[in-house]
Amino acid sequence: MLTYALRRLLLAIPTLLLISLIIFLMVDLAPGSPMSEIPRSIPPEARQKMIEALGADQPVLVRYLLWLRQFFLIEPAYLIDGWFGTSLGGGAQRILSWQSRAPVFDVIGQRLGQTMTVIGAGYVIAVLIAVPIGVYSAYRHYSWFDQVGTFIAMIGYSVPTFFTGVLLIVIFAVNLGWFPSYYDTSLTVTDFATFKRQVWQMALPVTVLALFHAAEISRYTRSSMLDNLGQDYVRTARAKGLLEPQVVLKHALRNSLIPVVTVLALGMPSIFGGSIIVEQVFKVNGIGAALIGAIVANDLPMVQTLTFIFAVLIVVFNLVADLLYGMLDPRIRYE
Amino acid sequence: MNCKSVLMLGSALALAGLPALAGGRGTDGELRITFPQATSTLNPYLSSGTKDVYAASMVLEPLAGFDENGAVYARLVTEVPSLENGGISADYKTITWKIIPGLKWSDGSAFTAADVVFTGDYCRASDSGCAQAFKFDGIDKIEAVDDLTVKITFTAPKANPFNAFVGSQTPIIQKAQFANCMGAAAAACTEQNFAPIGTGPFRVTGFTVNDLVQYEANPEYRDPAKPEFATAIIKGGGDSIASARQVLETGEFDYAWNTQINPDLQAQMLAAGKGQFIMGFGTNTERLELNLTDPSPDLAEGERSTAKFPNPRLSDVRVRRALSMAIDRTALNDIGYGAGGVPNCNVVPAPAFYASDNTGCLTQDIEGAKKLLEEAGWVDSNGDGVREKDGMPLKLLFQTTNNPVRQDFQALIKGWWAEIGVETELKVIDPGVFFGGDPASPDTAEKFYADVEMHANNFDGTDPEAYLAALTTDKAPRPETNWIGTNYNRFANPEYDALSVKLAQTFDMNERAAIAKQMNDMITKDGMVTLPLILRGNLSAISNTLGGVKVNAWDSELWNVADWYRMK
Repeated sequence: MLTYALRRLLLAIPTLLLISLIIFLMVDLAPGSPMSEIPRSIPPEARQKMIEALGADQPVLVRYLLWLRQFFLIEPAYLIDGWFGTSLGGGAQRILSWQSRAPVFDVIGQRLGQTMTVIGAGYVIAVLIAVPIGVYSAYRHYSWFDQVGTFIAMIGYSVPTFFTGVLLIVIFAVNLGWFPSYYDTSLTVTDFATFKRQVWQMALPVTVLALFHAAEISRYTRSSMLDNLGQDYVRTARAKGLLEPQVVLKHALRNSLIPVVTVLALGMPSIFGGSIIVEQVFKVNGIGAALIGAIVANDLPMVQTLTFIFAVLIVVFNLVADLLYGMLDPRIRYE
Repeated sequence: MNCKSVLMLGSALALAGLPALAGGRGTDGELRITFPQATSTLNPYLSSGTKDVYAASMVLEPLAGFDENGAVYARLVTEVPSLENGGISADYKTITWKIIPGLKWSDGSAFTAADVVFTGDYCRASDSGCAQAFKFDGIDKIEAVDDLTVKITFTAPKANPFNAFVGSQTPIIQKAQFANCMGAAAAACTEQNFAPIGTGPFRVTGFTVNDLVQYEANPEYRDPAKPEFATAIIKGGGDSIASARQVLETGEFDYAWNTQINPDLQAQMLAAGKGQFIMGFGTNTERLELNLTDPSPDLAEGERSTAKFPNPRLSDVRVRRALSMAIDRTALNDIGYGAGGVPNCNVVPAPAFYASDNTGCLTQDIEGAKKLLEEAGWVDSNGDGVREKDGMPLKLLFQTTNNPVRQDFQALIKGWWAEIGVETELKVIDPGVFFGGDPASPDTAEKFYADVEMHANNFDGTDPEAYLAALTTDKAPRPETNWIGTNYNRFANPEYDALSVKLAQTFDMNERAAIAKQMNDMITKDGMVTLPLILRGNLSAISNTLGGVKVNAWDSELWNVADWYRMK
């Protein structure tokens, strides 16, 4: 299994390099200019100077190679410097955002925490409610509970988050005034009062995300559970005289979880990647909001770096999913 | 005087006395501001985005600013230089600023003329990509005569010397802090750019890129009673609707900048009774630009939309005039802007001193427009509802950016033009592309591969000289300039070019105003090259509990934030 993992990782390197080149070309060829947001009263010659100062007028290959060097050599050097107090970076130019001139990785570091707290909480809660609903829906197939569950899941899956988000804001923040309508990023949790505020301000975005993810996960659990409940080994278990909870939760559920775990693992990159829409609607300063802001402002280094990190995460979690599969299902073995 | 009027007088006195009753520095808690676009940096020399300039204006101050009427007022200097007080030399070649004695930076060190000189050098340094470099155009040297006197010498006499160091785009930065950030090093000075030391009423305590700026009252601020707020935040992100809602409906914020939303939503939000909209009218004019050259795709690349081929339809001023006459500007404003706009016929709509008394375009005249087209020889000979001349149908391509209000305008205008027998094809372009100026893209405002384009433009400060000069013949974007240029219309009129030169050499204010009006009329009511539609205001939302706000369209909206207070 270890050799398998290593082989997969080595194979991933050329894949990722190719992905990085494709992303770079796509972002670069997309129309637009980093100067499109500045006021119209700035003369065109001044715009040109600013583009030159950003290095945005260099040929695309030069910029790509520079980015590769910065991403794979300079940024790790600064990371190690940050950990051990060394000075490997030696003042080399880091990847700077065109929009803010801040190092892109500093911005990511600043935002990762928010994204993981909010999006992660949404995901965890989604799993906690989706799996029991999925199991019970399958067990009581076509009961009223199953029908209601299916109905809610369809709504959760098909109504877009930009709609549910604003709807929740209008109902619970504007009309009822129970929750804040935006996420206060300056809040640090120090005592119970601030903890309560943190929970309160997370409530709406987490609900939106949980509803959306729970819909998806509960459907997967339900269908996988249905497959297994009809299998011979379940009948055997019942014939042996096992209690129903044991049959369902021990025998059927364990086997049903295999595809669900894959789905969950493949969904992990989104916890790091954030949710563009939810973060934008609730003003959570996460990675998703950074990405959409950078796209709008044609901030190429930021877009390139973020999308590439997502690509890496997707490749890594695909591998993780495959390995988990092998661990959960004894029939699958990697030599 | 009866009992009632005494009561009214009493309450008027009480209201007038409110600011004086308020309690001094830091007594009013937190000032909460929200921007629909988040602040990216606090150094306005690196980004000219309004969101960045405004956020920085809480901290950094220029020598002088523009007040709510567009007049220059002293901030860090004892008086505004003029010919009378000798601050401006008789030959208009130098301007001398006298700094207020005893002025301190927020770190307690003394503010001197050296800081001003440094700021000029910082922006004028090559490779810095200074976003405000154009404000320093025409400056020969900036020197410190003594610790409190700065003298700026221009290369040629300058009628309007209030450019560099006037207004929130060119504030003074501290020499000690930015000394190592000159030229190409400017971008890497993240720490300095994100927490500049200033002289303004607040100082930065925290900054999260593209999210949140946190401030506290500057302990060294020159007025010991101000600012009345102890802390302030600017939270960015979301959109205009959410920002307006957070002031007007949930009351979570005190002030929201740039809450441009449609009139229906405006009314709905005001109904909550928590605040109101304030409007500042500057010079931002929504307009149609008409292409005087032929944008036909049949022409070769490099000849399309160039002076070589005049526009076969729009070269006739009668056609251009008919297009303008068919538009009902009041209807457009009611649908798109409501209180946030005014129908307008001028490209220089303000300051009042420079504005021409041109209101001829405000009444729609469909019949008159039809008549004019007949006169010009455009008749509908085959009965398909579209006029022709020499076998060529009167068909126009009309492009603008992707924006709900603009798409409404496009549809309405297309309808009116159809009524007078003009067929219009509509095109919508992503704003990033349209305003991006990429010479490789066919869809930029500069390339203008269409007959008509709609956008808004304004000028910086209160002097229209540079803005009017943008339409001279030599400023036309063309292949030779790599499609850079501001004269999108390819307007070419030697008389106009001569007036532009004359304006730059005229120093008498009344004469300047007369020339500016003449030029404005040549573009609008006489030439019909640009068809102004709406003068757009800056619509912001303000909570009922916030006092002291004076809306200002000529400088940062936060220009007098030191005077803001919490209504008790």
